Amino acid sequence: MSTLLRPIAFIVALLVLWQVAVSRHPDQLLPGPWAVVKGIGELLQHGLLLKYVVASLFRVTWGFALAAVLAIPLGLTLGWYQRGEMAVYPLVQIFRPISPLAWIPLAILWFGVGDFAAIFLIFVGCFFPLILTAMSAVRNVPAVYINVGRNFGMSKGEFVYRVLYPAVTPQLIVGSRITMGIAWLVVVAAEMIAVNSGLGFLIIDARNAGNRYDLVIAGMVIIGTIGLLLDLGMRSLERVKSFRWSYSEE
Amino acid sequence: MSSFAKPAGWEKFFWPLLALGLLLAVWYYSVVWTATKVFPSPLSVEKGLVELLHKHVLWADIGDSLRRVALGFGAAAVVGIPLGLTLGWYPALNQVVNPVMQFLRPISPIAWIPVAIVFFGIGDRPAVFLVFLSAFFPILVACVSGVSSVPPILRRAGRNFGLSSAQILTRVVFPAALPQILIGLRIALGISWLVVVAAEMIAVDSGLGYLVIDSRNSGKRYDLVVAAMLMIGLIGLILDYAVRRLEKFKSVRWGFRDES
Amino acid sequence: MSLATETLSKLRLEHVSMVFGRDGKTVPVLDDLNLQVADGEFIAVVGPSGCGKSTLLNLTGGFLSPTNGSITIDGQPVHGPDPRRILVFQERGVFPWLTVEGNIGFGLSKLSRAERRERIAHYVQMVRLQGFEHTYPSDLSGGMKQRLQVARALAVNPDILYLDEPFGALDSVTRLIMRGELLRIWQAERRTIILVTHDIDEAVQLADRVVVLSSRPAKIENILTIDIAHPRYISSRRYLELRDELLSKIGLAFTV
Repeated sequence: MSTLLRPIAFIVALLVLWQVAVSRHPDQLLPGPWAVVKGIGELLQHGLLLKYVVASLFRVTWGFALAAVLAIPLGLTLGWYQRGEMAVYPLVQIFRPISPLAWIPLAILWFGVGDFAAIFLIFVGCFFPLILTAMSAVRNVPAVYINVGRNFGMSKGEFVYRVLYPAVTPQLIVGSRITMGIAWLVVVAAEMIAVNSGLGFLIIDARNAGNRYDLVIAGMVIIGTIGLLLDLGMRSLERVKSFRWSYSEE
Repeated sequence: MSSFAKPAGWEKFFWPLLALGLLLAVWYYSVVWTATKVFPSPLSVEKGLVELLHKHVLWADIGDSLRRVALGFGAAAVVGIPLGLTLGWYPALNQVVNPVMQFLRPISPIAWIPVAIVFFGIGDRPAVFLVFLSAFFPILVACVSGVSSVPPILRRAGRNFGLSSAQILTRVVFPAALPQILIGLRIALGISWLVVVAAEMIAVDSGLGYLVIDSRNSGKRYDLVVAAMLMIGLIGLILDYAVRRLEKFKSVRWGFRDES
Repeated sequence: MSLATETLSKLRLEHVSMVFGRDGKTVPVLDDLNLQVADGEFIAVVGPSGCGKSTLLNLTGGFLSPTNGSITIDGQPVHGPDPRRILVFQERGVFPWLTVEGNIGFGLSKLSRAERRERIAHYVQMVRLQGFEHTYPSDLSGGMKQRLQVARALAVNPDILYLDEPFGALDSVTRLIMRGELLRIWQAERRTIILVTHDIDEAVQLADRVVVLSSRPAKIENILTIDIAHPRYISSRRYLELRDELLSKIGLAFTV
């Protein structure tokens, strides 16, 4: 029990410090923890919290799913053929450092302001990391497994399904977890610019329409919490038994 | 099964160029075919790039963006590396602090903008703060994980040779953790570059990010938008490449297993 | 070579050479190998480290093509990997995402469910992994994983079994035990076995004939016939004689 106690005590100490600092300077803009809690309560009351959380999750899910459906098979195929990887890798490396937000003008040009633009931004943010993950996962399949598959005389389809896919899955899951984290960061940013709902929009709107910094920080708290839950969720997927094999191999 | 034949040396250039050529061709023809009035073709982007170079706007913007990255990233490294080493060295301490870090980490740096503006106003400083925030966590995590994954036998060997705790930290643990720290720095640099561009689109009025947004807002110059995007990609690539060169040094190369 | 020996040999190498080309440099690994292996024989291949023993197995398994010469099995040239000749690797050969059952059943997808279950049960017993059918390789010891590999290989009824230093990663006690197991299995279901090993004792204890390879580019220096019947008493005079002969053929002294 004491292992939980100490971090909790630490968090409580930080909150107390925060509250004290705020009460010392009553006329500045940022709120204390108690005001934030009340802000969350207010959002819940007005039904906004649920609505915004769902909107953000909706966009993340769609953007991530579209990127995965395109990037993973493409990356696996390209990674399998050395020449494919040689062809695509430099291009991906140029596109990857371009912040998804830099795509906003193009996104708005193509999709207008709204959900599609936000989903597109998340798609862009997820596509390149996922394709790199898939290419690297295929490249890292130990040659032994490939040779065994060939030895047992499998057809191409069988080989992909029974050897390749299980061999790359753990790496894909880890890569997906990291990419999901990226998607969550991007959606918040995208919503601050390109849409009219969602947690990112909440933050910008709360500030613009009346300096409600208690709601701003409330929004941040919720963003952090949901991001953390998403990450924990993916981690527990990693632990599913038939996947955990790769972590005890090394 | 697949083409396992080893590719020749020249193919290293041939295939990417082929892919690039294909991409440019698709781009060019889709612009022509859809007869779009707004979206630029590769040629107009090239012309836009030249225009930016001549107007000297580009260099100033690049300089601003890089400066903010340097300051924010540097601060994150200066704070994050010692802190990370300490937390990795004392796992009990890490246990206490870690939950807070795990909670703060998924909060997009962009979400911090209103708070940053309150503290720092508008301009350079909030952007640097944002870069600091976004670089801090990867560096911290990499240091903690680098230190804690140093095999205990190495530490014991240090004690065996009569080193003090401080000496073990500097002469055994730190070099052993260095490859992972470098990976963390590289990832943090990549994130810094992404975030500075994003921050400049919202909270500042100079820099490459601002150039992207401004080119659209003042005149729908999508050729400049795409030119700026390509510049962003190129510089990000150069930054990443520069850090990877560091990884080639013999004193850390042992920690990297055939990375490409 | 008389007609009689031609029809008897299961595996036949004629003037097999292998040269690897890497960045303009050519590395000759095998040089003019000639070998005939009869059906059901147990052959050991020994030689110094890096001399190309594994390359030889990869060639006979069809994973590589020889630069020169021909390799035929039952008179047919070897084109590629085939389930009729299975290669057992030194380590990391079992699929970690499948249980013991799953691994053994890996090559049996063409059988009916009942047949498959029966076959799996048979080989689980044969390699003495009863009780571990639903265990994942990450919970098995090194020796058990190798036994699993052998079971998986045998389950598809191959004509030839290639073993590439299968016990090299195990401790010496386990190695002794595994050798006994391999012999027992070989005597129960006789197949042609080609075992690559760097362990002289292993070769003399198990094989009918021992092929000695020189260092790179490897030639067949010698083929020694072990004429002791099983079970072999490893302190018998004949055993020690053969062992010494093998050591001297490799060029090693008798004292440390």
